[in-house]
Amino acid sequence: MNHLALPTVSYAALAPILFLLLGGVALMVLSALSRRPLAAGTVTGYSVLIGFGALISALAEYGHVNGAGPSSTVASAIAVDGFSAAIAVTVSVVVILASLLSHGYLRRMQIDAPAYHVLALTSASGAIIMAAANDLVVLFLGLEILSIALYVLAALNRRSAKSEEAALKYFILGGFSSAIFLFGIAFTYGATGSTNLQVITRTLGEGVAAKPGLLLAGLGLLLVGFFFKVAAVPFHLWTPDVYEGAPTPVTGFMAAAAKVGGFAALLRVLLTAMPQLSTNWTPVVYSVAVATLIGGAVLMVVQRDAKRMLAYSSINHAGFLLVGIVAATSAGISADLFYLFTYSVTALATFGIVTMLAGPRDDDAGIDRLSGLARRHPAIGAAMAILLLAQAGVPFTTGFIAKFSVIEAVVGHGSIPLAIIAMASAAVAVFAYLRLVATLYRTEDIATVDLGYDDSLTDGPAAFAIGLSVVVTIFFGIFPAALLDFGRTAVAHLLP
Amino acid sequence: MSIPLSWFIILATLLFGIGAFGVLVRRNVLVMFMCVELMLNAANLALVAFARSLNDVGGETTVFFVLVVAAAEVVVGLGIVVAIFRRRHSAVADELSEMGG
Repeated sequence: MNHLALPTVSYAALAPILFLLLGGVALMVLSALSRRPLAAGTVTGYSVLIGFGALISALAEYGHVNGAGPSSTVASAIAVDGFSAAIAVTVSVVVILASLLSHGYLRRMQIDAPAYHVLALTSASGAIIMAAANDLVVLFLGLEILSIALYVLAALNRRSAKSEEAALKYFILGGFSSAIFLFGIAFTYGATGSTNLQVITRTLGEGVAAKPGLLLAGLGLLLVGFFFKVAAVPFHLWTPDVYEGAPTPVTGFMAAAAKVGGFAALLRVLLTAMPQLSTNWTPVVYSVAVATLIGGAVLMVVQRDAKRMLAYSSINHAGFLLVGIVAATSAGISADLFYLFTYSVTALATFGIVTMLAGPRDDDAGIDRLSGLARRHPAIGAAMAILLLAQAGVPFTTGFIAKFSVIEAVVGHGSIPLAIIAMASAAVAVFAYLRLVATLYRTEDIATVDLGYDDSLTDGPAAFAIGLSVVVTIFFGIFPAALLDFGRTAVAHLLP
Repeated sequence: MSIPLSWFIILATLLFGIGAFGVLVRRNVLVMFMCVELMLNAANLALVAFARSLNDVGGETTVFFVLVVAAAEVVVGLGIVVAIFRRRHSAVADELSEMGG
């Protein structure tokens, strides 16, 4: 009789995932068992600590991989490599910043604080699972852990009809794209005989393309599923509505965590499992990148709502990240890692400031509300201006280095036209960002709407997180070498 | 005599297509929701059929994971639909136009 063979599990390598997932579950149990509702400050502190635990274990994993080289664990379903460690570091930073940014908001809106933090921690663990997945099934599970928690987070503001509507739209389109993705997994499995990324790439390398039609259909469906998740044009239609309707701190978290998870998985699947098919997927990713760059930048200019404008801004950033994938070199991957980290920090902090301005019911983020902000609140206005300029890619900010290294990678790969389109779209986007910055510094027509502004502007933890993000944005914009090296070393230890 | 693999795949693709079409054209949220489930189950059918033809148990175990995921999605989805229904007494997507999207 055969005995059940259990796979060996390296818990140290899974530590970042376990910290976030078990931390979330423990918080849920604690808040259910406690007689009185847990104090918001305690919960935020707990969540930040969990984020730090995940950050430290991710850095430890990174150090371990640097010494011992990449490997895989749990019957080669999870990759233990520099790439997954670098993404785990990024996601942990997102968790820490997002917890601090949501603290005051949850109190103001009287939202159950443990609910938000449990869901955010769970969702973040899903993003790391996606990045570390070495098997399409594990990737699918990571995607669903990330997404299902985000659907609930989007609906968290029970008093807002917009929040429910955003959650429903996100849910239907998210479920739709997950199903497409799963069908792609089924076809890839049928064509290659496995869902394991190494086995897939070995099968493709041996040229056993007995069912090329099935394989290409699988690849196409996987790509459509990914493009939905990372909001690439023309699969972006849900993004502006969901970003506008979701509670603002959740929008920030979503913009950071979902993009990081989606792009990490997309990079790993295309570049480690299916490099042999690059002649098939490069034209697709190329044209989607062009559409995303142009669509994001042009539509950003015409928005009248800050959250919708930032939604299109995140679409434009997705275009730049796709440019890094077209490059398909280690320079492209490390540029994308740098981009994901710096984009997450700036996007989170930008949404953090919008949270402060979106009014006491979080239902109005019109651009006119920002009018003259820098006159009324110089510090917040300056922080917002710096973050917007960083997203625009102005020198001496991380945004410039990120855009520059992505374009450098794609030029190195020989796609000069794509580099030119990327720069042109950046120029169009700069116009939209600068117009918003000009609104901040307007002297006449200063917004007189006064809906609990001052209460929300004295939000200590959020102000601290925003300040920290601004410092990171400028510091790594002037001294990017350390962070760039971090990304390069991570890619050098990518599980082949 | 056994049914060839291609029949299963054609059936799965048809079911998937019906589901995808339904999500795109139907306006009742519950029906859209059922269409997503149909798409997931079409993928399950394809996975099981491939697993049989490859003589590999991997595809069949994947189906169990997918079933759990689908159940979790139902819980969250119905929760959102109920929350909306309480507010508006309707579950038609066209009436959800607060944001003009």
